[in-house]
Formats: sequence, structure tokens, C-alpha cells
Amino acid sequence: MLSQTTQTATASHQLPQVTEPRNPGMALDLDWVRSLQANTSAIERRAASLPARRSVKKKHQAAWLLRAVTCIDLTTLSGDDTEHRVARLCAKARQPIAQSLLDAMGMGPITTGAVCVYHEMIPPAVRALNGSGIPVAAVSTGFPAGLSPFHLRLAEIEESVKAGAAEIDIVISRRHVLSGNWQALYDEMRAFRAACGDAHVKAILATGELGSLRNVARASMICMMAGADFIKTSTGKESVNATLPVTLVMIRAIRDYFERTGFRVGYKPAGGISKAKDAITYLALIKEELGDRWLQPDLFRFGASSLLNDIERQLEHHVTGNYSASYRHPTS
Amino acid sequence: MTISEIFETMDYGVAPESAAEALAWLVDQGDRFGHFIDGAFTKPGEGFDSRNPATGEVLATLTQATQADVDTAVKAARKAQPKWEALGGPGRARYLYALARLLQKHSRLFAVLETLDNGKPIRESRDIDVPLAQRHFYFHAGMAQLMEEELPDREALGVCGQIIPWNFPLLMLAWKIAPALAMGNTVVLKPAEYTSLTALLFADICRQAGLPKGVVNIVTGDGTVGEMIVAAEVDKVAFTGSTAVGRRIREATAGSGKALSLELGGKSPYIVFDDADLDSAVEGLVDAIWFNQGQVCCAGSRLLVHEPVAEVFYAKLRARMDKLRVGSPLDKSIDVGAIVDPVQLNAIAGLVAANTAGETHVAATELPSEGSFYPPTLITGLNPADTLMQEEIFGPVLVSTTFRTPDDAVALANNSRYGLAATVWSENINLALDIAPKLASGIVWVNGTNLMDAAAGFGGVRESGFGREGGWEGLSGYTRVKGTPKPLKDIQPNQGDGAPTDPIDRTAKLYIGGKQARPDGGYSAPVWAKSGKLLGHASLANRKDVRNAVEAAHAAKGWSKTTGHLRAQILYYIGENLSARADEFARHLDDMMGGKQGAKEVEAAINRLFTYAAWADKYDGKVHGVPIRGVALAMKEPVGVIGALCPSEAPLLGLISCMAPAIAMGNRVILSASDPYPLAATDFTQVLETSDVPAGVVNILTGLQGDVATPMAAHMDIDAVWSFGTRSLSGEIEKASAANLKRTWVNHGLARDWMGTAGQGHEFLEAATEIKNIWVPYGE
Repeated sequence: MLSQTTQTATASHQLPQVTEPRNPGMALDLDWVRSLQANTSAIERRAASLPARRSVKKKHQAAWLLRAVTCIDLTTLSGDDTEHRVARLCAKARQPIAQSLLDAMGMGPITTGAVCVYHEMIPPAVRALNGSGIPVAAVSTGFPAGLSPFHLRLAEIEESVKAGAAEIDIVISRRHVLSGNWQALYDEMRAFRAACGDAHVKAILATGELGSLRNVARASMICMMAGADFIKTSTGKESVNATLPVTLVMIRAIRDYFERTGFRVGYKPAGGISKAKDAITYLALIKEELGDRWLQPDLFRFGASSLLNDIERQLEHHVTGNYSASYRHPTS
Repeated sequence: MTISEIFETMDYGVAPESAAEALAWLVDQGDRFGHFIDGAFTKPGEGFDSRNPATGEVLATLTQATQADVDTAVKAARKAQPKWEALGGPGRARYLYALARLLQKHSRLFAVLETLDNGKPIRESRDIDVPLAQRHFYFHAGMAQLMEEELPDREALGVCGQIIPWNFPLLMLAWKIAPALAMGNTVVLKPAEYTSLTALLFADICRQAGLPKGVVNIVTGDGTVGEMIVAAEVDKVAFTGSTAVGRRIREATAGSGKALSLELGGKSPYIVFDDADLDSAVEGLVDAIWFNQGQVCCAGSRLLVHEPVAEVFYAKLRARMDKLRVGSPLDKSIDVGAIVDPVQLNAIAGLVAANTAGETHVAATELPSEGSFYPPTLITGLNPADTLMQEEIFGPVLVSTTFRTPDDAVALANNSRYGLAATVWSENINLALDIAPKLASGIVWVNGTNLMDAAAGFGGVRESGFGREGGWEGLSGYTRVKGTPKPLKDIQPNQGDGAPTDPIDRTAKLYIGGKQARPDGGYSAPVWAKSGKLLGHASLANRKDVRNAVEAAHAAKGWSKTTGHLRAQILYYIGENLSARADEFARHLDDMMGGKQGAKEVEAAINRLFTYAAWADKYDGKVHGVPIRGVALAMKEPVGVIGALCPSEAPLLGLISCMAPAIAMGNRVILSASDPYPLAATDFTQVLETSDVPAGVVNILTGLQGDVATPMAAHMDIDAVWSFGTRSLSGEIEKASAANLKRTWVNHGLARDWMGTAGQGHEFLEAATEIKNIWVPYGE
């Protein structure tokens, strides 16, 4: 059993506000990295059998879906984002589930885990979320390809932090993984982490472009060694984004890292999770492989935009007994 | 709990599957069942309760079959069989297809009923047992369709008596009934008394499919009913269950001429190398030993971990165990359900309690307060000498030790009386594919476990039984070669008192370990020519000579690793050297047997050597089309050491007909020469000596076959015995073979035309090989 040592401090906020020491990283340990294995067939079997092994029904399902909502990084990453569009999203983040439904379920107020935007949209997001306690996350470092000049990528992080982003989602250089240049990957991540300062850093691996699950395992471990607070699957722009097998590999790496160092690193699957049922499966997988501590928004996030609407419909179904329609729920 | 409380705890809660439809079906049947005989249910009679092990509740009352019930069932099957077989493969295929479809249509009913009756988690019955049962009927519908074209020389055995266990009630029924019916047999099946309900539902399905009356008959009851089926007028007995009962069935059917297949116990090794994906290997154990509460004959129950990763692996495993959820089998979020019966629960608890060795970790998981439940348990730090490393526990209890090297792993893995399945975890393809063939088992899973499919044979070696179920290889258990063999004539040795034909004494010795060896007993017997003249003396081998020959054969184990090409060269060379002395061999045969057939026999013998030289590098395995991304390699491996009692009537050709296929496939043999005409064999040793046959590969004994038959059949280190010798020996051999449950192939007093096609070919090659299915899932 993983030890559950985190302190839970109660605050005025509905969410349990937990304090977790940040992962400081460690020296690059290539022996460990190279010893990592990921057997694709076996991992796929586990991923395929999990949804059938864990089924969450009725009240429990509603509670789990509410928990999923609190773990959503409500995201807009479009070229046509405007201030008003972002403000609309932030309003949804403050009140993701209609008050009437929350009341019917006897739930207090909840919010999403964060709002995730491009750099230029940080100021409007910060304004819109003022006083809510919801952090603004910004994608950075030449997102999504990460191929802009290195000094500009660092500068982008610094600018975003200055603009008020509390979380920075960086993209790693996939070429370092594909060419086996682990030292370069480690150094890059170290520099990104340093540039973030007090802002938390999520390392986007773009797993759909890493070629193999073994590479996913190794890249995950290196980013954690270099001080990532979160590891994240994808930008949402690759052709293959978050999958259960990739998740299994990344969270097993998180578990190994915790067992070795005692530091908990968070996990964020992003892209392709749009159904309430999928969200439950992800939560169950986290619960099984990492434990309940990781089912909190400080250690687990969904990077998603349309997931929330499906959850709203399922929750309304839970409350009314009738299947719902999306137009009944406020759009973001 | 309120939603906001659950929001904090993130508990799973319960996700119960409704039992309503299944219980309603039982009520519709009156909660009492008779047998299913000749297309109808009999009136329920005296019987016993069938209980839900998770709750102890009575589900239904079943009828204990009487001798009369069994007789009626066998008679119905006998009556139905000729017409069923005559219906033809395509005709039978339609019924099998209908059964598959009906199983699919009623899949949830079968799944829930199975879980109620057996205690296995609904997830398993729903996602594994029932779909696999359907798959067996679909697959064998195809086999029926193809039979006439693909197996033109085979025909049905007749009536099959089938006895199945309680761990996979419906699935084992499918494994037994589907191939039997496909090949034109009819069946009398007895489900286990704990778990008969899905078999009775299947009987209902047979009616819905319009299956002709008497093709499938199901009788219920305990072991005594099983004994009645074994003793009944059936042509074949197929049994899956414990090794102890399998052994009794072997003894009971000995000499009866009934075909037999046994799928018995196991203590299957689960080997984890240091380069494995350890998390996946841990998860594999969940599917290996905590699948069906560990009540699985092929369960990976003996964990062998590479020393460098042992502590890390055990820590991961204990953490995983603590996450297993034990509880109501009808809960969809349960990993481990109920043990089938309190009797089994007590047996598991007793075995574990008696163990004082190693360190025991019991999963930190809640158990239901009522019902028949046992917690997932791991015992590490055991040694092969500990009872729990050798005995099958048949429960959710994993035992473990560590190993140092690949050779060490193989040695530990094979240190077992059983040989059903084995699992190997390594990311190194060289290592995995090197280890797999070295494991004494019928199935090997590489980086996976408990993978099963109708297209791949299932079955073991050693005391795990013999015969395969599934795949093309499974069909030989439900067919025989067409034709009606004649009874074997007993041949008495010549008598005489004449002078020696040759003034120089001919001392024919035994041939053991590549050397001429005097018999242990120091006795010889004269061999007379037909004319009454003395041809020489033959040594009388006894059990100690058998022992010595077995030692020699084992010392020659390198032969099994030689290439088919090399073995072919040696067989050709034997043929060449025999040909060089053909006239002399022909003359001696004529002297012994009278007549002028010697030359013809020698010529046929040379031809036979050439035939098996041809086969040595051509009897290929298969790659089965199993539904995974990966391959199931059906590799043909030598059986090991084969003892053969050679035919009396063809002293040279018969000996070579036994020897050549065996050694061509890489076996080592101990041949007991023609009882009345031993000198052809002793002459032949000189041919062997000049033909580069390594010492110990072929060993030849002379004397009375009756003196060596039982020592051979009972010898624990002989893997198979063939008998084409004296008629009376078949029963004796089959009975003695129960010692280590070796494969036997005996003539039951029926003759074989050694000069013709019956004297060679696939039947011999099959007997000389074991099929090992090596499952290799792949993907990067």
C-alpha cells in the first residue's frame, strides 16, 4: 500500500484543500530509466478489462461524476478564442453544474479544477476567475509542437507566469525521446521547471508521437526526475491523445517514482475524453493503480472541453430519472 | 451514504447484477430437475440440493442418477449415434451452429445462473466462461463442416461418456460436447454435483435447437454416477478433474478398449525474469491465481521470481493483492468471488494452516461475513521441498520461490509431477522463446496468462493427463482411423532340440546405452528355427534391465535437441546399412519364421526407415488462428522416452515401425523385441552400431514381453508406452500406466497390417509427439 500521508486542511472552499510538497526532482538516473519496460499487449489487456471489473452505479456514480467535474481543466485552445469566449468558459468553471442539480443531490458548490488557455487569454481568464480560487493554466513553450527557439520557449513561460498563470503546461521536445537523447530531455525539463518558479508545471509528453509505450514510460520518468509537478498525455492536437494503455504506463511510472522518492506527481490525461463513462473508468484506474489520494484535483486533472456537458446530462438523469439533452445545460 | 459523503470517500459501492431471470427460470422448472435423457427431462427423483456458495441458499434439487438412469442414457446415445454420424459433417454443423447461437441469445441467463451456482464473479461468467463456450460451438460447427474433406480417414468413436468438474461448468461442457458432436459421436455427460444447473439449462437449449433425441444426454449426481459412466458401454471416457480421480479412471478402463482422455491437475509455474514488465507480470498473476478464486487447473500457482527483482516484485504484488475486492459474485465490481463449496474452503484452509514455512501475506481486503470465501494469499520464501510448492491447493493461494539463472528457472519449473501450463515473463524474445520449449507442459504463455481459445489445444503432460481439447489436435480424441481391425493371432515360439545351425555360438545380448549388455538376471533362452534347429540364445530381460535402459535413454537426452535434418541422415544411414545386409536379414527371418517372406519384410523395413527419414524434418507444427494480436504456436515436441512392445508377427519390420517414427521425432526408445522371434532385433543392433546412432537413443530388450510390460508401464521416468505385442498385455499396461499417468497406445488384441499403410504414418507420428501450444502475444 502506498502511504497516505498528505495533510488535509479544511477551508471555506468545498474542495478539500490539500497540501502536497512539490516534487523537487532528482539527478538523472539513466539506469533506472533504461530498466523501465512496458509490455503493450499485457497493458492493453489490463486496460480493456478494467471497465468490466469496476462498475459504479446510482448515487456512487453521481458522486464520482461530481468528483470528475472538480478535476476538469476546462479548456479552450483555439485560434478564434476571444476575451468573451474565455469569460464564458470561466463562468462555466465557477458553476459547472446547475445549482438546481447540486441542490437535488445535496451537494455544496463545486468548481472545475482549472481553466486552461493560451498565453494571450491569461489576463481575461484571471479577471473572470478572480476570487473563485480556480487557477488559470496556460499552455506554453511553443505549444503544441514545441519547436520554437529554446530561449523563446523559456521566455514564454516567464511571461505567462507574470501574466498570472498558476499552472504551466509545457510540451517536451519529442525529438529528444525519439533520438534517445535522455540527457537533453532532462535538461530541457529542468530549465522549464526553473522558469516556472512557483507556478506548477505540467509536462505534456505528446504520447501519440513517442512511438512506443516504453518511450512513454521513459519520458514520464525523466520529466519527473527533472521536477515536473504533473505529467500529461497530450496536447489534444495529436492524432492519438489520451488512452487507457498510455494512462496505465504513465501512472505506473508515477507510482514507481513515489515509491522511490516519496513525492507525488500528478497525472493529466488530455484529449479524447468526452463521455461521463470514460471519466469514471479513468477515476477507477487511478484509484486502483495509484490510490484514493490521487483522486484529488491537486494530483489529477482531465484535460477536456466537451466532457463536462456529458457529465451534466448524466447527473440530470440521475436526479430526474429521465435522459437529458445538452441544450438544457448552460454552454461554455 | 449521501452523495456528498461518497464524493469524499470515493467508494465503489455495489453494482449488483440481477438474479431475477435466472431464479425465475429455476422456478419455471419447478426448482427440481431430473436427468436429460433421449431428448426429454426425466421425472425428478431422489437427490440432493444445489446451493449458492456465496449465500448457502438452496437453488434447486437435483436427482442422483441410478444405474438404470445411466443405462438408459447410454442406450439412448447408442441408438442415436449411427444416424447422427450418418447425418454428415455439414448436417451436424448446422446443429452446432444453432447451439452456439442459442448460447449467445441466452448468454446473460447462462452467466447469472453459472455465478449463482458456482460462486464465480459475474464478470468472469459473463465475459469469459459463456463467450468461450459459445466460441467452442462455433469453432466446432466449422470442424463438423470440414470433417469429411479434411479428415477423410477418420470416423466417430461412438458414444462418449464425459465427466466434468465444477470450476468451469458450462465451459467444460462446451469443451467436451462440441468436438464430440462435431465428429459424429453422441454423449452422456455428467456435470459436477455442485454445479449442474447450466448443464440442465444447456439441455433445454438442445431441445430449442431441435437436436435429435439421444445425441446429448445429461445425468446428474456425485462421483458414483461418474463411476457408472466409466463402467458403462461407452467407447470413450473423457474426464476433467482431479489427478486422483483421473488415476482411478485410468485403472478402471484399463484393458476395456475404451478411448480415454484426462485433463487433470496442475501446479503451473509462473516465471518472472528481471527484464519483465513487472507491473504487467503482477497484473498477470491476478488473471493467473485470482481468476475463478484460483480454482483453475492451469492456474499459475507456483511463482518463480528472478532474484534481482524478487523484493521489488513481491512488494508490488502485495500492494496489488490488497486492492482485490472479494465479495458477492453477483457484484460487477468484484475480483474474487466465493469458493465453490465449504468442503473446498476447508481443504484450502487446511493446506495453508499446515504450512509453517515462508512468509504469508493475506490480502488486506474485506471478506463477506457469511458464505464460502477465502482471502487472496501469497506465501513467499518457500522451497521446492515444501508441500505447498508441490501440492495443488486449488484456491486463491500463490506460493513462491526465487531463481538465479534461466537454467535454474527451468529446473525449478519442471520440478513437479504436473505439466499442464506455464507462464514466462520477459521482454527478451531470445530468452522467452528459449525457455518455452524447455518447460514440461502442454501450454506456455509468454507475457500473458490463462489465454484460451477453441482454436488452440488445451491439455498437459505428466500427471496433468493426456489428450488435447480444442484445435485440430483435439479432434483425434473424438475420432479413430476408419476400418475394422482383425483380432491378433497369438504366435507361439518354435520348439526344437536340433543342433545349432552355426557351430560358432551366437550370443545375442541386450542392447543398452549403445553397448551389448548381458541381462541382469543372467538367464537366456534358446531360439529355435522353424525347422527345430537351434538358431542361438536370446537374453531374458527383467525389470532391472528396463531400469538400466531407461537410465541410458535419459542420458541420451541430447537426441531430442538434434535437428530433424540430422535425425533424417541417421535414419537414412540405418536404412543404407540394413540394405547392405538385406540378404542375411532375410535368411535369418526365414529361418525363424519359416516361409520365404523374409526378403519382403526386409525391403519394407528399409522403406519404412526411409519414410520416417523423410518425415523427420517435415512433421511441422501449426500457427493457430487465435483471437489475439499474437500467435499460438502449436509446436510438436518429442514425448521423451518411449517404451514399445514390438509386434510378434513382424520381428524386423514391426521393431523398425516402432523405432523409426519415435526417433525421427526426437524420442529415445526402449524396444522390447518380438517375443517369439527375437533374433531379428539382436541382429539389428549391429546395424545400429554402424549407423552413428548415439548411445542410449535406441535400446533393445529381448525375452518375455510379459516380464517387462508392467515395469515399463509403471516406470515413472518413461513418458509413453506402446504395445503391439502379445494380446494379453494391453490391460496390464494401461493399468500400470496409472502410476505416472503416462500416455499409452496399445493394440487391445487387434492386429495391424505392418506391411500396409496402417503400419506407418500420421497415427505413429502423433503418438511420437506432444503438441505444446506456445502463446506469444505481441505488439509494441
